[in-house]
Amino acid sequence: MELIFFLFLSIVCVASATNILVQRHPIYSALSLVLTFISLAGIYLQMHAEFIAVMQIVIYTGAIMVLFVFVIMLLNAKAEDKIPDKLSFLKYLGMPLVVLLVGVVGVKVFESLSGESITTSSILDVTGNTQAIGKLLYTQYALPFEVTSLLLLVAIVGAIVMAKKEL
Amino acid sequence: MIPVSYYLLLSAVLFAIGVFGVLIKRNIITIFMCLELMLNAVNLSFVAFARSFSLFDGQVFVFFVMAVAAAEAAVGLGIIVAFFRNRLTLNVDEADLMKG
Repeated sequence: MELIFFLFLSIVCVASATNILVQRHPIYSALSLVLTFISLAGIYLQMHAEFIAVMQIVIYTGAIMVLFVFVIMLLNAKAEDKIPDKLSFLKYLGMPLVVLLVGVVGVKVFESLSGESITTSSILDVTGNTQAIGKLLYTQYALPFEVTSLLLLVAIVGAIVMAKKEL
Repeated sequence: MIPVSYYLLLSAVLFAIGVFGVLIKRNIITIFMCLELMLNAVNLSFVAFARSFSLFDGQVFVFFVMAVAAAEAAVGLGIIVAFFRNRLTLNVDEADLMKG
């Protein structure tokens, strides 16, 4: 049952990710990407990473993709043109390389990890993982957490500078 | 129980689709979406390893990756808007001059 659920979600995930590349108009690509993110959130839920699943939906599909769709609408993006002939060899060069990438990673993964399976540890399920993540975030990872807030501040300033008419 | 290698393989496939998209797409917004897809693929393997080792550190890192992705989206889309304002196109092949 669990495996069927996982297979269903991963097929949806890979199919919608492929659809991003197939579609010529960016708005359809963006909507496919939303579907990819939602199916990934389902996979996180299945792994009992509830906090991450909710963050995935709130941040990625809720914030980032809305921003994408907003920019696509704002710039009135058109469907992209066909790749000019002088560059179409890249497509045929890229495809085998990508297959090679998946092959190499897959072989390595199955060589080294084929025995291990995801354990359902009792500790993980007792307190709900949001509490545990929060504890880690404010003790062991307190410094990276603060640095992240600095990064967000820099990003805000950067976005405003980029969007200004005159620098 | 699902082996952790299945999750990693899915992550590898998603990452490869993202790489392929960056290679073949000419629209700067679509390229940017493929970058987000690659970040998500990495997040998936973080969560899979966190689950397999019964640790939460991996999930904390996913949190950081998401924060960086949000910052990157804000700045990146700002750059895209500035790029479009200067060249009136979204095609990356038009961006072949440092100054122009």
